[in-house]
Amino acid sequence: MRSAFIRSLIELAEQDSRVCLVTADLGFGVVELFAQKFPSQFVNAGVAEQNMTGIAAGMALCGKVVFTYSIANFPTLRCLEQIRNDVCYHRADVKIVSVGGGLAYGALGASHHATEDIAVMRSLPEMTVVAPGDPVEAEEATRALMTRAGPAYLRLGRSGEPLVHSENIDFQIGKAICVADGDDVTLIATGTMLHATVQAARQLAQEGIATRVLSMHTIKPLDVDAVYAAAKDTQAIVTIEEHSIIGGLGSAVAEVLAEFSDCHVPFKRMALPSAFTSVGSREFLTKSYSLSVEGIVDSAMRILQLARTRA
Amino acid sequence: MTARGPAQESTRRELADLARTIRVDTARMTHRAKSSHIGSCFSIADLLAVLYARILRVDPSRPAWPDRDRFILSKGHACAVLYAVLAEKGFFSNSRLDTFYQNGSALGGHAMHSVPGVEVSTGSLGHGLSLGCGMALVGKRQGSPFRVFALLSDGECDEGSVWEAALFAGHHQLENLVAIVDYNGIQSIGRVNEVLGLHPFADKWTACRWAVQEIDGHNLEEIESALQHIPLERDRPTCIIAHTIKGKGVRFMEDKLLWHYRSPNDEELRSALDELGIVE
Repeated sequence: MRSAFIRSLIELAEQDSRVCLVTADLGFGVVELFAQKFPSQFVNAGVAEQNMTGIAAGMALCGKVVFTYSIANFPTLRCLEQIRNDVCYHRADVKIVSVGGGLAYGALGASHHATEDIAVMRSLPEMTVVAPGDPVEAEEATRALMTRAGPAYLRLGRSGEPLVHSENIDFQIGKAICVADGDDVTLIATGTMLHATVQAARQLAQEGIATRVLSMHTIKPLDVDAVYAAAKDTQAIVTIEEHSIIGGLGSAVAEVLAEFSDCHVPFKRMALPSAFTSVGSREFLTKSYSLSVEGIVDSAMRILQLARTRA
Repeated sequence: MTARGPAQESTRRELADLARTIRVDTARMTHRAKSSHIGSCFSIADLLAVLYARILRVDPSRPAWPDRDRFILSKGHACAVLYAVLAEKGFFSNSRLDTFYQNGSALGGHAMHSVPGVEVSTGSLGHGLSLGCGMALVGKRQGSPFRVFALLSDGECDEGSVWEAALFAGHHQLENLVAIVDYNGIQSIGRVNEVLGLHPFADKWTACRWAVQEIDGHNLEEIESALQHIPLERDRPTCIIAHTIKGKGVRFMEDKLLWHYRSPNDEELRSALDELGIVE
């Protein structure tokens, strides 16, 4: 996803000299081409995320569209107050980009696991939160954020994520993409869990379960209509995310589901526990928390069974 | 010292009058609002008077003029005196100062960008210099004539982010950036020397590749002379360390930690205004 992002950003910078990239000394093998092509639109702020974010806000207040870039929790939690007071409060046109959302840096340990970022970012006023599900979405998201003035958080995977979308997609901030349709169960995935979710839906289809898959790439503003339609049209809803069970996609969906007065649907959140995650590859770790194709299939079948028993 | 001509004398009087007026406004505002930080305001009143009367290229009729100088009150808690100088300068009517701290007012208790002429909102310390770096970097890269001034408190320099920004500005040779430190020696609950000593302070900025000048932050001529000569050195940001006195201008408030918090009661207001030359 990071290459899709930087490719898009280079295209944007070619068309629009307001586009700037500020890194806190990370992005080896990613940011160099941008820096070479647009030296006056690039800044390496050094290992100093608070200052990076303050600088970005200052630049944005002078007319630039600034993408800050780092990995895991560094561009979000490390400089949270700068994001809140300098970026969001001023509605500065700063897009915060983090590579390695979730457990992408699994073997590097808990310091590098970004597992509360969505919760924290989505609680900030003015902030848009986007977690693309594959490289195609990452490219589209980068372009879309450019046309949406104001603060945003772009949560990316790392590299080598498989393509989910093979063709042009209708990507709009705040609009879920319906990747597959069905009226038995709805799987709502965000970010890096999209691929496994789509695979799970295929397996469920083989079991005769018609599965709707929504790529909820925008967590804020949430596509409430898509959630409502899922609650109306299908018998159960499962959310899947590579993030803490507290405050992420599952919470966002639960918040709106709980307030629908005319439909109540069995609901399951698949997420990481609110705990410090152990060490291992992303595959190893996600699987150990049931965030795998098998785990999703299993959860979907159980919740559907529950829904049918109730009905 | 050379003899002053009549013109200089009148300019000097104007500056002194402005400094006095904004102290008076601040005393009334903090009294009415029962708000803190009058000491922090008085500490920078002379600096603000010189900046707004003689240095900053700002236009009250065009607060968003792209080539304006940017002034950032990084020590946002001293906003009362900033609002006062902006009102005196004509950014908004003087009567709005009465709304300071009131329910629903734009004039909140820390600098707020909803107020005409206030460049950025501050309040949490250690943010202003980074914002200033970003603005100065854009200005430098696009060859804009504007300069960026950030006014920090001494206690604020405990924040690590200040030094991130200091390193950045020195490295990027932001000669259009000026940090003014209000060095009154008193921070939130103690003296700077006792809480977290900054000495040797000038050396720290020099080590970050800034040009540094120490001045008496209450000597109007000295302030003006220093700020008229910016940048002090080519390719270096400028740090003005202004030695000041918290509560300066009202003797019973001077150099007293209490006046970081205390709001003048009726009698104290009368006494303060009296000392500032106002008869109620």
